[in-house]
Amino acid sequence: MALSFLEGNEAIAWGAKEAGCRFFAGYPITPATTIFNTMLNLLPPSGGICLQGEDEIASIGYCLGASMAGLKAMTATSGPGISLYSEQISFAIGSEIPIVIVDVQRLGPSTGSATRGADGDINFMRWGNSSGLPVIVLAPVDVKDCFLLTMHAFNLAEEFRCPVFIASNKEIAMTRESIDLKSIKRPDINERLAPLEGKPFLPFDVADGRMVPDFLPIGGDVPVRQTSSTHGPDGYITTNSNEIADNQNRLKKKLVSAVNSFSFYEEYINKNSDTLLITYGITTRAARAACEDLKQAGTSVSHLVLKTLWPVPEDLIREKAKNFKHVVVAEMNLGQYVREIERILPEKQIKFYGQMDGSLIYPDRIKEVISNV
Amino acid sequence: MSSLLNKSRPPVFCPGCSHERVAHALDKAFLNMNIQGDQIVMVSDIGCSGLFDTFFNTHAFHGLHGRALTYAAGLKLSRPELNVVVTMGDGGLGIGGAHLLAACRRNLNLTLLVLNNFNFGMTGGQCSATTPTEAQVGSGFLNQLERPLDVCEVASAAGIAYAARCSSYRKDLAQEIEKAIRFNGFSLIDMWGICPGRFTKRNKLTPKDIDKSISDLAPKKGVVSGNVRKEYSQHYKELAESRKSVNAPVTIEASLIPLNTARQEVIILGSAGQRIVTAGEILCLAGLSAGLNATQKNDYPITVLRGHSISELVLSSEEIGFTGILNPDVIVALSQEGVERRKNFFDTLNEKTLILQLPEVKIPSCKAKVMNIDFKAQGIKSQDRALASLSILAKLNKVISLEMLQSALKVRFKEPALSISLDLVDQVETDSL
Repeated sequence: MALSFLEGNEAIAWGAKEAGCRFFAGYPITPATTIFNTMLNLLPPSGGICLQGEDEIASIGYCLGASMAGLKAMTATSGPGISLYSEQISFAIGSEIPIVIVDVQRLGPSTGSATRGADGDINFMRWGNSSGLPVIVLAPVDVKDCFLLTMHAFNLAEEFRCPVFIASNKEIAMTRESIDLKSIKRPDINERLAPLEGKPFLPFDVADGRMVPDFLPIGGDVPVRQTSSTHGPDGYITTNSNEIADNQNRLKKKLVSAVNSFSFYEEYINKNSDTLLITYGITTRAARAACEDLKQAGTSVSHLVLKTLWPVPEDLIREKAKNFKHVVVAEMNLGQYVREIERILPEKQIKFYGQMDGSLIYPDRIKEVISNV
Repeated sequence: MSSLLNKSRPPVFCPGCSHERVAHALDKAFLNMNIQGDQIVMVSDIGCSGLFDTFFNTHAFHGLHGRALTYAAGLKLSRPELNVVVTMGDGGLGIGGAHLLAACRRNLNLTLLVLNNFNFGMTGGQCSATTPTEAQVGSGFLNQLERPLDVCEVASAAGIAYAARCSSYRKDLAQEIEKAIRFNGFSLIDMWGICPGRFTKRNKLTPKDIDKSISDLAPKKGVVSGNVRKEYSQHYKELAESRKSVNAPVTIEASLIPLNTARQEVIILGSAGQRIVTAGEILCLAGLSAGLNATQKNDYPITVLRGHSISELVLSSEEIGFTGILNPDVIVALSQEGVERRKNFFDTLNEKTLILQLPEVKIPSCKAKVMNIDFKAQGIKSQDRALASLSILAKLNKVISLEMLQSALKVRFKEPALSISLDLVDQVETDSL
């Protein structure tokens, strides 16, 4: 066995490289900077491009241009940068531009604490766009997930032509960890689908039986239009309300109806337990320790770890929770994703533990909540 | 070779708008250059200049207000063979000012046509970054308070290698545009024009006035001699090719036998400059050399060489869950400010914990075992004490063995640092402990 010793940010960069990322642009910000540093080591020597933008708006703008030129592109930032990305994220959603966006969350609001962790952007990633259409958000638990979920993120961005977020956290991003990279089973690599020959190309035309338009790059043999305006299949402005409605509904449905095909999760089910603990991200690691301690002390708890947060994997959550009387949710904010759990499981008693003080949730806190259900 | 203007979507502007002249001149420039639609991308943003991408049978990218240069750069770097032409109004210029400066400094081979008509035409004639102070605009008196911006001067100061100022009514406008497109680097034309829908409703401005105003200014005719230099993407390629490629992260073979396979926690409390993070990494690498999993979580302020520095380390043969310190096996107390950051933590300690304490560092009273170490007396400098502490642990067979430590140093350091660190580890005295 041979182990590497990487921080989450480095693992994201390596995962991106393996997934075929050829373009990265970012603006330095703690705790995301080491993604930029690593991409700068990885991309230019192998013919890729890594840019330091003049600001966050530019960084994601460079990526959107590169993506439309056919390159797999990624950017990385933290809460203050996601705020500046917002308008470009809306553009990528509405105009179906594949991009991977890493949000290494730090304690907010605003500039907050640069070197303290939090999961405070969980709803912001989902809802921080104009129009409220869905995005995909994947949440890593550890360095291995940083690598693997980044590969999945690229695959999903290619498959669904949409922004895919990695909801990291300073506590994963800047914590170094041993990892056996060789043993990780990689997914097959997805590429955007080119249209079948023979039909005139329309940039937003959706083929029969598909939910996503075929892709040709700007700069190829066939002129391609991209636009942030409300558009029809030809990429020109439309005012036809049926056409507009169909498109908006498709943008929602293409992700929501497919989430079962990318609902990443882990589960630790104890048959005798009547309580299901639900966590995501770094809090999962305290939760595992808490469950282990409780088991030693004779209390059985089951644990569901969500790695796909948005669109909400509703079927998965309902299925996994159906045999439990109590549900406990813990997250590093004052109550964000728990609202989704409450929405999906209205018949369950749901207990919540949230914390926002710049430090990890300790296993003891979770044990207390579970012991008191 | 025929016109690239889109016959099914002919240019539509307010009657008398100078933008229409620019659209036809641009088409003529493409014709003169004999380039096809698939060799061009028109990049535009918001405002009347943002209609341009729809008029041409070329690749097109229409995006957010003021951000056109960012998309253009991404496209050009990905497809260096493309002719990238950006249209932007004086509005986009103002809101995207940072991107203009960056483009000037970068010198990527893009062409920016600033369709400068001195106001926001689309939203009601408000003042823009180029509105004259004396103009009557939709922003009341506000333009009287701000000086208009000279695009060419600003761009030249920012390093642009090609900047031209001209009237949109010039007869040879197509040639002017062609020259800018042919320039190998970032080129800009500040094209003065008339917005009949808004600006000339309340202000007198004729093509003659424009000629007069331009001739009153220092001429800007293109190449800015002092700023001519390598084009960005070519230069990027040259420098990138000289970088050494990195193919995989470093791996460490598990070749040694661990001292202990259970979860072990170590926390080093020190100050910036004491190489705390490096020592933490070495402890983890020592674990890896014996097949243990490891995590390292650091805590330090944003200042370099000032403030606390803390490293929290976990080793275990099992997968490591919680990365914080729950019940430490070892605390290395190397500086007072490090201890202060974790002072509440001592209260909960029990006999399991071993504290390595320096004489100059005070710790709160606690139940842990304390071992006093006088590195100063041993002549070990402040920046070597974290590593020296690992040597003590190794010599005591606590958490790591000496072999594991030496193996980690071989992974972490090259000569001459390797020999120096191995000597230091060797030199640390434990006889008195």
